[in-house]
Amino acid sequence: MTLSSNNISSHSKTDLYFSWSLRGCSILAGSLLLLVISFILHEAWPALTQIGLTRFFTDNGWFPTEASYELTPIFWGTILSAGGSIILATPLGMLSAIFCHFYAPPLLARWYRRMIELLAGIPSVVYGFWGLVVLVPLISSWHPPGPSLLAGVLTLTLMITPTIMLITHSSISQVPTTYIHSAVALGLNRWAVIWRIVLPASRIGILTGIFLGLARALGETLAILMVSGNVVQYPSHVFDPIRTLTANIALEMAFALDHHRAALFMSGLFLMSLVLCFVIVAEALRRKTTYAGVK
Amino acid sequence: MPTPKNYRINFTPSLLMSLVFIITIFFSLSLAQAQEGKLVITGSSTMAPLLLEIGKRFEAVHPDTRIDVQTGGSSRGIVDTVKGLADIGMASRALKTQEDHLFGSMVARDGIGIILHTANPIPELSNSQIQAIYTGKITNWQQVGGPDASITVVNKAQGRSTLDIFLEYFQLTNRDIRAHVVIGDNEQGIKTVAGNPYAIGYVSIGTAQYNVSHGLPIRLLPLQQIPASIDTVRTGLFPLSRPLTLVTNSQPTGLTKTFIEFAQSPQVHDLILQQYFVPLQN
Amino acid sequence: MLASSKTIGEKSTTLLVWTAATFIAIPFCWLVGDLLWHGWHHLSLNFVLAVPQNAGREGGIGPILVSTGLIVGVCMAVALPIGVGAALFLSEYTPHDQVSGRLVRGSLDVLAGVPSIIFGLFGNAFFCQTLELGFSILSGGLTLACMVLPILIRTVEESFRAIARDQRLSAAALGLSKKCSIQYILLPAAIPGILVGSILGLGRAMAETAALIFTSGYVDRMPTSLLDSGRALSIHIYDLAMNVAGGNPNAYATALVLVGLLMMINLIASRIAEQWTTKNQLPT
Repeated sequence: MTLSSNNISSHSKTDLYFSWSLRGCSILAGSLLLLVISFILHEAWPALTQIGLTRFFTDNGWFPTEASYELTPIFWGTILSAGGSIILATPLGMLSAIFCHFYAPPLLARWYRRMIELLAGIPSVVYGFWGLVVLVPLISSWHPPGPSLLAGVLTLTLMITPTIMLITHSSISQVPTTYIHSAVALGLNRWAVIWRIVLPASRIGILTGIFLGLARALGETLAILMVSGNVVQYPSHVFDPIRTLTANIALEMAFALDHHRAALFMSGLFLMSLVLCFVIVAEALRRKTTYAGVK
Repeated sequence: MPTPKNYRINFTPSLLMSLVFIITIFFSLSLAQAQEGKLVITGSSTMAPLLLEIGKRFEAVHPDTRIDVQTGGSSRGIVDTVKGLADIGMASRALKTQEDHLFGSMVARDGIGIILHTANPIPELSNSQIQAIYTGKITNWQQVGGPDASITVVNKAQGRSTLDIFLEYFQLTNRDIRAHVVIGDNEQGIKTVAGNPYAIGYVSIGTAQYNVSHGLPIRLLPLQQIPASIDTVRTGLFPLSRPLTLVTNSQPTGLTKTFIEFAQSPQVHDLILQQYFVPLQN
Repeated sequence: MLASSKTIGEKSTTLLVWTAATFIAIPFCWLVGDLLWHGWHHLSLNFVLAVPQNAGREGGIGPILVSTGLIVGVCMAVALPIGVGAALFLSEYTPHDQVSGRLVRGSLDVLAGVPSIIFGLFGNAFFCQTLELGFSILSGGLTLACMVLPILIRTVEESFRAIARDQRLSAAALGLSKKCSIQYILLPAAIPGILVGSILGLGRAMAETAALIFTSGYVDRMPTSLLDSGRALSIHIYDLAMNVAGGNPNAYATALVLVGLLMMINLIASRIAEQWTTKNQLPT
């Protein structure tokens, strides 16, 4: 359990000013969301009042220029692509963090980490560009048309694995060495130490990493727009093209007017409510692990 | 044991930094107010590179002026112009009837051509065949005399001006179309078709011609026996084209007028050709 | 650091870990190799310094580099102090289960999931129009700061929380004030975490396209003040790759410059982190 540290230090005047300036920072950061939400709500308001919430689920297809606004297939496209990539990226990211910390020779580990840091900073445009000219033709020669859920999932996996890996790695390396030493002294082998001691001890950090990765996967726009085909439909297999909520906004916002524009902001609102659901789930998970955890 | 000095993080530098930062902001604020003769142009991403170049030449001819070009899409150009955020909007289409309170000046034309992969031997498609392919009635190249392979239909995203012009010409609606890939900008369409031997798409002719001449495996199909090229668009023979329009709230005056006249003059024809569009014929 | 025994289970997990690591390395090498292959021979000092011409097909990226530096500078100058402050508050002043902390944390998590294009539209409405900053480097930097804050705060907060309880208790036992214990004990210990957060944030900021198109803008002129509109490297890449026919070679070269810049920043950051940790090591 984390320390509730309000009362272990003195309460001098400097401390008071200091704590209030920190509080100010966090209030500023926290209120940003309100600002963003109120802006999106303001823009989506015409859609909510004049089109109505239910029509975004019951209309027959997404044809905003013909006043038909069904968002459900796009909603599923987002969930499938982000879900698929998080399922692939979580083990990959965790294993490569473990590789870097416990398995790789020191020199390789240093360069490997540097490579992942670089991978975290490559612009999504470059990923999308690479996906479009390398990955998509590859998939297309295997199973046309090429731009597909699979291409989207693979590109996203490549993009979010570094986030998960870096955060997992930094929390793994903060596990007190005494834990590891005692475990080794007890005769546990390498994998057992990792699996039984290191991972449980750093699970909050790992969860944060997965969460940030998921957030990036859900919010990724340009890369997914370039590789996933953007057809509004329920995919029947991984080779079918899909459209995500973000691609929907990016593709059409530049040309949208009136209700079409408001409906696109509704896409944004849907995406945020999706993220909100995940936050609630993650928070519940975190509380569970915090109290049941090793700390 | 290191001395506490090593641990010390001084808060003074960060404070100083933020002070310097704030001062810089105020400085730049006062600088900005000193500027005059500035035009803001927003809108169509197709036109933005062209207007950027025209703006640079205009600045060279008329010192003390500044032309700031922003991209974002035709509808944004129009909305920003109506709201007064931009002096001139760029729209890669003709003004619609509900927009006739605005004033449009054409600066160039852009043709739209059907493209295939070079590995696809089909020499030509009739209008009704294209219609049938885009509505999903023909799904295999064999049905139009090609190889036995299913067709990948590449379509543009809804609201895009290219799509609107395509739909209007082939008398289709969004609902009729059965696409396999939906794309945004021209280059994405070209890269998609170049990566898939059995795809069909439609893009700006100038862009396609450039890529063909640089060895990309795509090819332009003639439409109603008229070859798709910059020349046939210029002579008005090619049936599928759109005007590139500069939009203003009212009849342009002052600097706006000077700029639009400059953009329409032969002085910028080389720039228009450089961006693979078709200059107006005088 | 750990002894490996020679059981089958141990061997298979070793294989698994190495395979996973290779799986990540392959696409990376492919991607960077692709960039190098196509971009290397367009790269020169002249390309880095020159002004873009003919919509970016010719010329270089000088002004774009300057604009990018300014945008990212504004972003980090705003986000870093606020981010570290908020992270300190969350980890040191609010216990994990306190409502106010959970509210801020939850709202940051939602903020992390807002797609960048929404940030772009928000930045356009709020910074460009409401605060009347117009299309400018300042608007772009501030928009990016909003975007980077969640990722920065969460990683920094984690690293504060990971500091052993003993250190805090000893500081308190020595009668250090809260401010002192943060300044002398917690901040130095959390430097690696702050660096990771900054690298992630910086990477995200430099890579951002959608949020900048609507805020810092498209103008590829050399900026003269923070209120000038300036094009960022990633927008330049996107425009050349997706919008300008024949922009590919320069798009590759620009991407290469961007990746090289990031590599430099990472190198410097990890060098600093190493120095801090060696300085910070307690005698055993």
